[in-house]
Amino acid sequence: MSLLEVKDLHGGYGGAPILNGVNMSIDIEDIGVIVGPNGAGKSTTLKAIFGLLQVTDGSINLDGDEIASMMPDKLVPLGLSFVPQEFNVFTEMTVHENLEMGGYIRDDDLSDTLEYVYEMFPPLKEKQKQNAGELSGGQRQMVAMGRALMSEPKLLMLDEPSAGLSPRYMMEIFETVVNVNKSGVGILMVEQNARQALEFATKGFVLAGGKNRYTGTGRELLDDPEVARSFLGG
Amino acid sequence: MNELIFFLNKVIISGATLGSVYALGAVGVTLIFGILRFAHFAHGDMMTLGAFISFMLVGLFQAMGIQTPLPTGFIVLPFAMAITAGLALGIDKGFYEPLRAKGVKTVTLLIASIGVTLMMQGLIRLFAGTATRSFFENETKDLFRFKLPIEGVKRSINISEPQILVIVTTVVAVIVLHYFLTRTRLGKGMRAMADNPSLAQVSGINTAAVVRATWIIAGSLAAMAGTMLALDVILKPDLAFNIVLPIFAAAVVGGLGHSYGAIAGGFLIGFAETMAVFNWAVLLRPFKAGLPEWFPTDLSLVPTEYKLTVAFIILVVVLLFRPQGIFKGASS
Repeated sequence: MSLLEVKDLHGGYGGAPILNGVNMSIDIEDIGVIVGPNGAGKSTTLKAIFGLLQVTDGSINLDGDEIASMMPDKLVPLGLSFVPQEFNVFTEMTVHENLEMGGYIRDDDLSDTLEYVYEMFPPLKEKQKQNAGELSGGQRQMVAMGRALMSEPKLLMLDEPSAGLSPRYMMEIFETVVNVNKSGVGILMVEQNARQALEFATKGFVLAGGKNRYTGTGRELLDDPEVARSFLGG
Repeated sequence: MNELIFFLNKVIISGATLGSVYALGAVGVTLIFGILRFAHFAHGDMMTLGAFISFMLVGLFQAMGIQTPLPTGFIVLPFAMAITAGLALGIDKGFYEPLRAKGVKTVTLLIASIGVTLMMQGLIRLFAGTATRSFFENETKDLFRFKLPIEGVKRSINISEPQILVIVTTVVAVIVLHYFLTRTRLGKGMRAMADNPSLAQVSGINTAAVVRATWIIAGSLAAMAGTMLALDVILKPDLAFNIVLPIFAAAVVGGLGHSYGAIAGGFLIGFAETMAVFNWAVLLRPFKAGLPEWFPTDLSLVPTEYKLTVAFIILVVVLLFRPQGIFKGASS
């Protein structure tokens, strides 16, 4: 059984359904990348897994636990973390406090994990006493990812981590994603920069109309002429 | 010199006392706003309720024959704070939580809190009557007079025991609150939720527990402020309803959702009110001989009965020039 197993997921915000049968399976060594056109339900899939919207049908299984419609305060202790696309730092709290909030659910000592995060994001170490709101976009994204790693997740979900960043920062963030994965955290991310992200994806999902259109390894999707033409801009 | 001491008594000591009460109330208002995003209009009556609970506990203590060196109203404060905090939790559970669960707009919560305030006013009058009472019916209110050892100084610095207690207690409460918000997990969780509620939820912070902590703190501080005000002045059913507006002004001036701003705002408005009603002509008395005859004998900015307007003038000026408050608030 995989770390995350999503089967025939249906759901939405109460109005018209947005997800019409999403399937995915992610293992701890995987980097899963969700791509697809606007309105395909990419972010919605992550939010549905994280209990932020109504799941009407289907199942979500995390490491043996059925988690469909569970709230985040129950999911984080089970090993799931989520980095929203926007407003993903506590702007009036210091970098250090942001990271502490990521470890809020833990009762043990945070210092080892803090060290791990500062090692992963060296610029944050110098800025730990600064308010997160004063940082640049790229550094904020580091704080947001660092916060999500503080709960020592098995699976980290990222919603467009490169949105609004310069190409240099985008590559830096992607490198970090790969490093985090190497340290033993499964990744599931939504990405607009589909080509670059599929390069390092072990699993790729092309969503359209709220369901899987193509599923395969990143390479397979990149090499599929159909996918390239319809979803990756030729 | 006599005139300066008069200024100290009338402006500094009174202002610090009034400012302390405003600060304690405004912190509660601002915390509730930061976490639940609505103006809790019933905060004034929660203060009055706390004061009446203290008053009943004093009766109980005196019936039990407990004698203390400090005013009994101050000794019972921890118990009154605990009871008021419990009632605040009950009010949230009974009135505000069901509305939040329905996802109503914050203006609905504001109106609900006006309903709660009217209900509390009725209940207080129903059980305690409309009479004015004093915490010092059976004990004396100590007044300390400090004479300065200077030739020709007749006037003494006067400060009453309740005034010392309210200022000292407020300082202690502010330090404890600062420690709570910056050093404890729950306190930081509260700041996180005020900063970004959806990210707090995503981080796995138990938001229901944060809401409970908010009511406990706001309720206890309200009981503290109400009791202190009643000890300093007098206990009456409309004790705090009359100061709920300056308290809101203090919270807004400080930047809604910002605890330190609320404290600063409370003292700012407290001092501004005492300064505005102070007769500045008093300070010119030593130079009376040099002043022309037409010079007015009363130089206070506003008569005492218009003291409340001062809070609003400050509020309007701050909102015009710094709409986010002196400190940047959660509303911006």
